[in-house]
Amino acid sequence: MSITSYNGSALVAMIGKNCFAIASDRRLGVNFQTIATDYQRIFQIHDRLYIGLSGLGTDVQTLYQRLKFRHKLYQLREERNMRPETFASLVSAMLYEKRFGPYFCEPIIAGLSEENVPFICTTDLIGAKQFSSDFVVSGTASESLYGACESMYKPDLEPEDLFEVISQALLSSVDRDCISGWGGIVYIVTPEQVITKTLKGRTD
Amino acid sequence: MAEAAIALPPKGGFNFDLCKRNAMLEKNGIALPRFRKTGTTIVGLVFKDGVILGADTRATEGEIVCDKNCEKIHYMAPNIYCCGAGTAADTENVTDMVRSQLELHRYATNRESRVVTALTMLKTHLFGYRGQVSAALVLGGVDVTGPHLHTVYPHGSTDTLPFATMGSGSLAAMSVFESRYKEDMDKEEGMEIVSAAICAGIFNDLGSGSNVDLCILTKGKTEYLRNYQKPNPRSYIRSKGYDFARGHTAILSTRITPLKDQVTIIEGDAMEE
Repeated sequence: MSITSYNGSALVAMIGKNCFAIASDRRLGVNFQTIATDYQRIFQIHDRLYIGLSGLGTDVQTLYQRLKFRHKLYQLREERNMRPETFASLVSAMLYEKRFGPYFCEPIIAGLSEENVPFICTTDLIGAKQFSSDFVVSGTASESLYGACESMYKPDLEPEDLFEVISQALLSSVDRDCISGWGGIVYIVTPEQVITKTLKGRTD
Repeated sequence: MAEAAIALPPKGGFNFDLCKRNAMLEKNGIALPRFRKTGTTIVGLVFKDGVILGADTRATEGEIVCDKNCEKIHYMAPNIYCCGAGTAADTENVTDMVRSQLELHRYATNRESRVVTALTMLKTHLFGYRGQVSAALVLGGVDVTGPHLHTVYPHGSTDTLPFATMGSGSLAAMSVFESRYKEDMDKEEGMEIVSAAICAGIFNDLGSGSNVDLCILTKGKTEYLRNYQKPNPRSYIRSKGYDFARGHTAILSTRITPLKDQVTIIEGDAMEE
C-alpha cells in the first residue's frame, strides 16, 4: 500500500474555450474504510485561480493553508492577485524545498489569466512542473483518468459542453478505482462566472 | 522556533522537517511514492561550427507516460543550453538555479557566459549532494573559447567529449554516434545524425518516446527547434470525438457565483511584472 493511496483521490482539470474546469471526487477514506463523502480537495486561491491537491489528506490541508498564507502575503505586498504561472512556480518551489522529505501531494493548478487565457498545470510530489494545453490528471484514479480524458477530450469546448465531458470522464474513471468516488464536484470558471456543480455518482 | 519557521517564507535550501515522519511511514511498511522521471534519451555532438543538442520528449512516472511532449533541453544562457535526464524536478531545478547564477554573473562582469562556468556550478552543486540530487546532464555551448560539450553525472563527475549521450536510451543513441560520427561535419549532417540517435532512443528504449527536439548552438547564433521531428503522430483519434448531450450528467446541486469586473487602471503607468 502506497501512502498516496491511503485516502484515495481523483483529480482532473480541462481547458475549454476561454474557460477551464477542475473536478475531483468527494471521498475521504482510510484504506478501504470510507470516512467522509464531502471531502474538499479543490480550493480557491482567488476568483480565477484554483488548486486541487490529490494524495494524503493531512498534507492536502497543510499545503493548502501554507499556499493560502503565501498568496495573502503576496496580495498585501503587491496589491494584486497572483498570475496562474506565478502561483505554479510558488507551488513547485514549495514542494521542491522538501525534496528529501516531501509532502505526499500531487497538485493541479488551474487558472484564468487577466486576458482570459486558461492555464492548467500539474506537478509531481517534489514539484516537477508539467504544463498542458488540454487536460491534466492526478490521484489514485489517474491511470483511468488518462484513458478517459484521452478519448473524451475535445479542444475549444463551450463551458456547458466542457462540464459534460469532464464530469463523464471523472465519473467513469472513479468507477474503476475502488478508493475514490462518492460523486464529484466540478468548478467551471469563465470570465463572467464560476459554476460549481456537485455530481451524483455511485455510492459503493 | 518551529512557529517562526512556518511564519517566515524560506530563504532557500532544502527543508528536512518531514523526513522523520516519512521515515516512520516507510518503516511501518508503507511504500513511498515514485517521482516523475524523464526516462530519457539526450545527446550532444560537436560539429564544424558549434554544438548540436538533442532530446526526446517523453516523461514517465513508473510505467505511466505522464507527458507526451515535455521539454528536456533547458536554457542556461543565450549561448549555452543543457539537456536533462533523471528525476524531472532535480534536472529542472538544478538547471534553473545555475541559469539564474549565470545571469547575475553576466550582469556583474558584462561578458558572455562560458560553458566551463556553467559546468563548474553544476558539478559543485551535484557533488555537494553526493548523488542524492539525481540529475544527469548534457551541457553544450559556444563561447569565446569555442564550442564545448560536456556530460555531468549525478555524483558530480564530468566528461568532455566530441559526442555524448545520457539517459536510459543512451546506449541506443551511442550506437548511432559510434558508427556514424566523423570530425568536422557540416550542420545538416550533424542534425541528421543527432535526430537519428534520438530516434534510436525513441524506438528502442521504452523510457524514451514521442518527438525529437533539437538545439543548434553556433558562434553568435542559437536555433531551438522544438519538435523538429514528430515520428509518432496520434493515429487512433475518433474523427467525431465523443458527444455528450447537455444536461446528460446527473447533478445534485448547482451554485453560480458571478465574478466581479476586473479593475482596470486607466491613469498612471502600468507596473512591470
